[in-house]
Amino acid sequence: MNKVVSGADEAVRDIENGATLMLGGFGLCGIPENCIEALVRKGVSGLTCISNNAGVDDFGIGLMLKTRQVKKMISSYVGENAEFESQLLSGELEVDLVPQGTLATRCMAAKYGMPAVWVKAGFGTEVAEGKESRRFAFQGEEGHYLLETAFNADFSIVKAWKGDRFGNLVFRKTARNFNDPMAGAAKITIAEVEELVEPGEIDPDHIHIPGIFVQRIFKGNNYEKRIEQRTVRKRG
Amino acid sequence: MLDKNGIAKRIAQELRDGYYVNLGIGIPTLVANYIPAGVNVILQSENGMLGMGPFPFEGDEDPDLINAGKQTITEIPGTAYFDSALSFGMIRAGKVDLTILGAMEVSEEGDIANWKIPNKMVKGMGGAMDLVAAAKNIIVAMQHVNKAGESKLLPKCSLPLTGVGCVKKIVTELAVLEVVKGKGFVLLERAPGISVEQIKNATAGRLIIEGDIPEMQLN
Repeated sequence: MNKVVSGADEAVRDIENGATLMLGGFGLCGIPENCIEALVRKGVSGLTCISNNAGVDDFGIGLMLKTRQVKKMISSYVGENAEFESQLLSGELEVDLVPQGTLATRCMAAKYGMPAVWVKAGFGTEVAEGKESRRFAFQGEEGHYLLETAFNADFSIVKAWKGDRFGNLVFRKTARNFNDPMAGAAKITIAEVEELVEPGEIDPDHIHIPGIFVQRIFKGNNYEKRIEQRTVRKRG
Repeated sequence: MLDKNGIAKRIAQELRDGYYVNLGIGIPTLVANYIPAGVNVILQSENGMLGMGPFPFEGDEDPDLINAGKQTITEIPGTAYFDSALSFGMIRAGKVDLTILGAMEVSEEGDIANWKIPNKMVKGMGGAMDLVAAAKNIIVAMQHVNKAGESKLLPKCSLPLTGVGCVKKIVTELAVLEVVKGKGFVLLERAPGISVEQIKNATAGRLIIEGDIPEMQLN
């Protein structure tokens, strides 16, 4: 078994115009930098991107916005991007805002083979418009829940810290975020990793994503790992 | 009248030993600076962490370690990392004891609006809708009136809602209030030097004043 591809360009080779992609990361933390750059080089357009955020103007998904490759964003928070704002106002870009937990759970549901889930978030708000709702007595409380459908994506593109030839993945700290529920949530999952190791080198008890969820893996290069908000305290 | 730090200090008095707490962006973040001695709380960051530590020392920043405000932070002994789905799973299942967040408006029924202003660029709700729908206990930290001088404590919210009937307590620069369904904003405490009259004038929703209203005890 060998899921290793030569690099980002090979990994994204069959992503075509109009595809629906999941892209891992929270803000700029844990984003699949190499694949985003490869998608920009490839020039595919009309993409629907499911991603918690939309990058910043010159990094992350912002790079794909600049080249007008994205038709629609499905996100929970998109505040850090002027390019995004101007394309949204001009009507070039569609955006579907989804509560963050619902976004993660709709990825998770796809990965777990469940077509929909009932969630409380958004009940009584405009997020509930057009959605089925139902009352459940659950965990000692009665409440209203909304039916939220699992995402149906063509490709899931995630970034992990370590991975092996079988596609087993390990994340690092808060870079795990959406990469975990997205890994395995689309027809094809592409994983880029900082370290590619041999099967057996990762303690089986430490694997976050079993390789069955990953179809392509490669060692990424030149990670910038840009920090969005550098906050520090003084020594002493 | 309290400043932002004063509001944070007063809210910190609501923390109890053993609480798991989610702090929103803005004034709620400042609450972490005033956790009372002897009270151990674990901070949850919804991007996937329990046991959030302070900002790193200069040079120790780790791009793989941020909070929900995308700020660089640190871990503490006992920190646990997890993914976004599990993070909102623990929020949804009511494991987080207290959520503290900001608001643009709160209604006397406990509805909250804090994510969208019509005709302005909408950035998104982030995790706010999930948090307010699920948390057992929600405290709102906000200014009593907006920049135009209008009350943010209303009979009904005018802005698009984030959640319905969920706010339990509000701490502003003027007062501490409890939201009691079917009653309104029950005034619990006045900020130092603030009169009941001033609070009345700044509150558009139904204000319930029962007996003498004590002044907040800070420190």
